[in-house]
Order: sequence, then structure tokens, then C-alpha cells
Amino acid sequence: MRARVFVTLKPSVFDPQGRTIADALHSMGYGGVDDVRQGKYFELDLATTEAAQAKKLAAEVADKLLANPVIESYRIEVE
Amino acid sequence: MKFGIVVFPGSNCDHDAYHATKHVLGQDAEFIWHKDTDLKSADALILPGGFSYGDYLRTGAIARFSPIMRAVQSFAASGGPVLGVCNGFQILLEAGLIPGAMLRNRSVKFLCQQVHVRVEQIDTPFTCAGRKGQVLQMPIAHGEGNYFAEPDVIARLEANRQVIFRYTNAEGVITNEDNPNGSAAAIAGLCNETRNVVGLMPHPERACEASLGSADGLIVLESVVQSLRSGALIGQA
Repeated sequence: MRARVFVTLKPSVFDPQGRTIADALHSMGYGGVDDVRQGKYFELDLATTEAAQAKKLAAEVADKLLANPVIESYRIEVE
Repeated sequence: MKFGIVVFPGSNCDHDAYHATKHVLGQDAEFIWHKDTDLKSADALILPGGFSYGDYLRTGAIARFSPIMRAVQSFAASGGPVLGVCNGFQILLEAGLIPGAMLRNRSVKFLCQQVHVRVEQIDTPFTCAGRKGQVLQMPIAHGEGNYFAEPDVIARLEANRQVIFRYTNAEGVITNEDNPNGSAAAIAGLCNETRNVVGLMPHPERACEASLGSADGLIVLESVVQSLRSGALIGQA
């Protein structure tokens, strides 16, 4: 199975990179883009064929390594 | 006494730390490769600055799983003095030895400049040779030094007096302009609850000789020599 892990900064955490990207978009004329939050995306190829197991494993590695719980949260999709 | 300097792939201040402890301070010093599991009888450990594992994923995120880190954790747990400088600080944060995390500098720029920090607490093995309120000049060189922790964590750090260095101007006054990276509460250095593990973003090992622009960093390194010589670690008192 494949698990997709989306890691983003928590809403309470300021994202200087996202702000810089938003500023660039504004200077390009995209005034309609209110804000940008930058994150990370991981694809995990997993040996298991069971969705529940895949999700559990992805959550475990996200907790341990892919995300830093002090500043980040994550969302998982499996297929 | 003997300093153990942990070398990760991508460390680049390891030789500066070696030079400062061995040649300037005149103490014994030895490199410890990150794949080792033995601390070579070191009395104090330095996790030096650099770009361990190329800063992949997050700064310090991969290095914290290096084999040597298990020994570093138990050395720290037994009260041994551990200093993390810059990337070493980031590794301590990722390892959970010190609370919080580093964000990208608020300017989104890599900053390489001299800064001033104020000594806030002197009851740690890395500040005991200083004076409370003393202003030290040291260089910073980092892209991710913007310290973050949730407000309740910051409040706990303040209550426990774990903030041991803050960015200030040359007069020791905290101003927004003199906080180079946007760190919460102008935090430049922290210790753990038992005060024997210290993380510091500026580089004391690069400020140990007047010819380098400042010798103020010696106070940080001399402190640990002093605290070990006095027999009992200050942090264990």
C-alpha cells in the first residue's frame, strides 16, 4: 500500500517561508491569495496490504520522525 | 578534564570546539564519531555546530537517532554536562533533552554575524564562570534559530529559570532589533530542568581568542572546567 503523509506547521506557529511566498504572490499581482502555509509531503511505500495497518505504521513513523510534534501536525491518506 | 566532541556527518564546528578546548583552554579533548557507542571517558560533551545530515527533514532530526545519542542521553540523565551549540542545540531539541523547536529565522535568511547575549542564570555548568547580567559577544551562523515553544512551555521555562542566555544589545537591553532571528522571549540559550544540559545558538568556541574578535565564549567553556573542578556539578546541587 501507499501512504501519503502531509506535514504542516501547527496553526499557532508562524511560518516565515509561507509568509515570504505569500508576499511574492502579492507582488506578482495575486492579491486574492490571502495567505500561504508551507508544508512537507511524504510518500511511503508499505509492504502491508491492509489499510488499517498502513495507517497505523504511517502514523508511527510520522510521530517518531517525519513530524516534530512541538511545531507540526500531520494528516495521512492511504490507498 | 576531558571534553568529548561528538562528530556527526556534516558537523563543521567540531575542529573549532577541539581547538578551543584543547589549545586555548589546555584541557584534554577527543572526537567521538557519531557511530560510536562509547563516550571515551569524557567528563563533558559538546555537540558542535554544522549541518548534520545536510539538515535533511529538519535540523537535527536525523542526527538525534545516531548510535552515539543513546550514550549521550544516558550521560545527560546521569547529570553529565552536555553543551549543544547551534546545530548541536537543534539536535538536543529534536532529542527532547531540551523543550521546544527551532523555526526558520523570521527574516528567512541565513544569519552570520556577531551578536550580544546576556547571561541570565549562572547556576549551570556552562555559565558558572560568568556574572548574572554579563553581556557576551559571540557569533551566530544559522538559518533556523528562531526558538519556538507554546506559551505554557515558555512560562514553565521562565518559572524554572531555564532561560540562561537572551539576545540583547551591547548594553544588555532586550530590543526587537537585537533579536536576530525572532526567538520567543529573545531566547538564545536554555538548560534542561536538571540544568546540566545546555543548548546555545551563538558559538562560544568561535569566540575564544581576541584575534577572532571576542574571547567571551571562553566563559562558557571555562565554566564547565570550573564546575567539574569544584567537585560537584552545579546542576546536581
